[in-house]
Amino acid sequence: MKQVITLKVNGDSYSLAVEPSRSLNEVLREDLNLTGTKLGCGDGDCGACTVLVNGRSVSSCLTLAVSVDGKDITTVEGLASGEDLHPIQEAFIEHGAIQCGFCSAGMEMSALNLLNQNPEPTDEEIRQAISGNLCRCTGYYKIVDAIGAAAKKMNTKKTKKN
Amino acid sequence: MSLAKFEYYTPNSVENACKLLTEQGDGAYIMAGGTDLLVKIHKGAMKAKAIIDLQKVKGIDGISYEKGKGLTIGAMARLTDVGNHPDIKTKYPAVSKAALATANTQIRNMGTVAGNLCNAAPSADNAPVLMVMGAVVTLKSIKGERLVPLVEFFQGPGMTVIKKGEILTSIFVPEPPNGSGVSYQYLSARGKVDIAAVCVGAMVIMDGGICKDAKIVLGAVAPVPMRAKDAEKVVMGKRLSTELLEKLGLEASRESRPITDMRASAEYRRILVAVLSARAIEEAAKNASKK
Repeated sequence: MKQVITLKVNGDSYSLAVEPSRSLNEVLREDLNLTGTKLGCGDGDCGACTVLVNGRSVSSCLTLAVSVDGKDITTVEGLASGEDLHPIQEAFIEHGAIQCGFCSAGMEMSALNLLNQNPEPTDEEIRQAISGNLCRCTGYYKIVDAIGAAAKKMNTKKTKKN
Repeated sequence: MSLAKFEYYTPNSVENACKLLTEQGDGAYIMAGGTDLLVKIHKGAMKAKAIIDLQKVKGIDGISYEKGKGLTIGAMARLTDVGNHPDIKTKYPAVSKAALATANTQIRNMGTVAGNLCNAAPSADNAPVLMVMGAVVTLKSIKGERLVPLVEFFQGPGMTVIKKGEILTSIFVPEPPNGSGVSYQYLSARGKVDIAAVCVGAMVIMDGGICKDAKIVLGAVAPVPMRAKDAEKVVMGKRLSTELLEKLGLEASRESRPITDMRASAEYRRILVAVLSARAIEEAAKNASKK
């Protein structure tokens, strides 16, 4: 039986009636048309579907939409503010960290999960943090570079604000 | 991912969860993080009529340590939180290491130690260390509760002693004895994210350079995480040496019952068991001397 839930996605609230069997990934993509979040393996191995729930990265393919009723969800669409790209997105472009682009949304969300907790990660920590995200173009070096550069950008921004 | 339809419940107490589980009967499953359950449903290995999500159950998501007694890990404590908990990192570093060796960040943010145990994969990362440390799990049902030592918990791949209507609500790990040290060693074909091809937990109690007691549990080399009792005997009461560790490795290797699958051949697993169990005992002894 369908259940009525409220999804808070990127600051917007949506009231929806969904079957409990539907994943957060399906609801984001099909009901809310937020297709930035991809679906890869469907088993939690590839990381293409990564979103943040209450600030933590999760596989949206293994998350039931009904189980995140009322929680704060951030998808790749929530990174930029208007025309201004997020430092992580800027760094991905500047460092050529995007090839086919299928893994990018998940990579960026895993990067955000890392940088929220660890603003100055080492390359090794970056590699560990994206070990649950597969890049089928195998462009890992540039992605690691981009996340390191994004960390610096975000730290500079913070210093400027202070 | 599209799944066959099921009903979904979020009880707010253990009592209500047990009641629901009994009422719903066959086809009702308990969900903690869902990272194994939903994959099984997705692959058709399990048909769920109802899912009982424990996320709103009060009092089972905590992690608490009481000096002189031990550590309690609630059923809903996520792997990330267990791995990064300050008391676990200092008092139970091998428990932390095993939690953080499980799957990837996303899965650790969702999944739980309890779920890893209940899923009962022979390769479960969290089983070997908890078993050598003498962990006990609490199982609750509408009839009451019972305590089961983790060494008696696993029955086969995907099978445990949990009876119909029972829910694992917490894991207790006793205070490590004086002079003890613990180690977790694992290896997989594709680095950290992959399921372990072989994993080993070991605990020793040292007294003046002599190994008074040793416990070894091997993962992914038998239908359940198994004690390597003959290997334990090799070092008990003895001073550890390179030769003795080699002998222990060979004994553990002989005891193990690995199969060949996509992750490793049985032959390779036997070699890994020898290397990793020797390494685990050596590191455990080193950790014991640190205290």
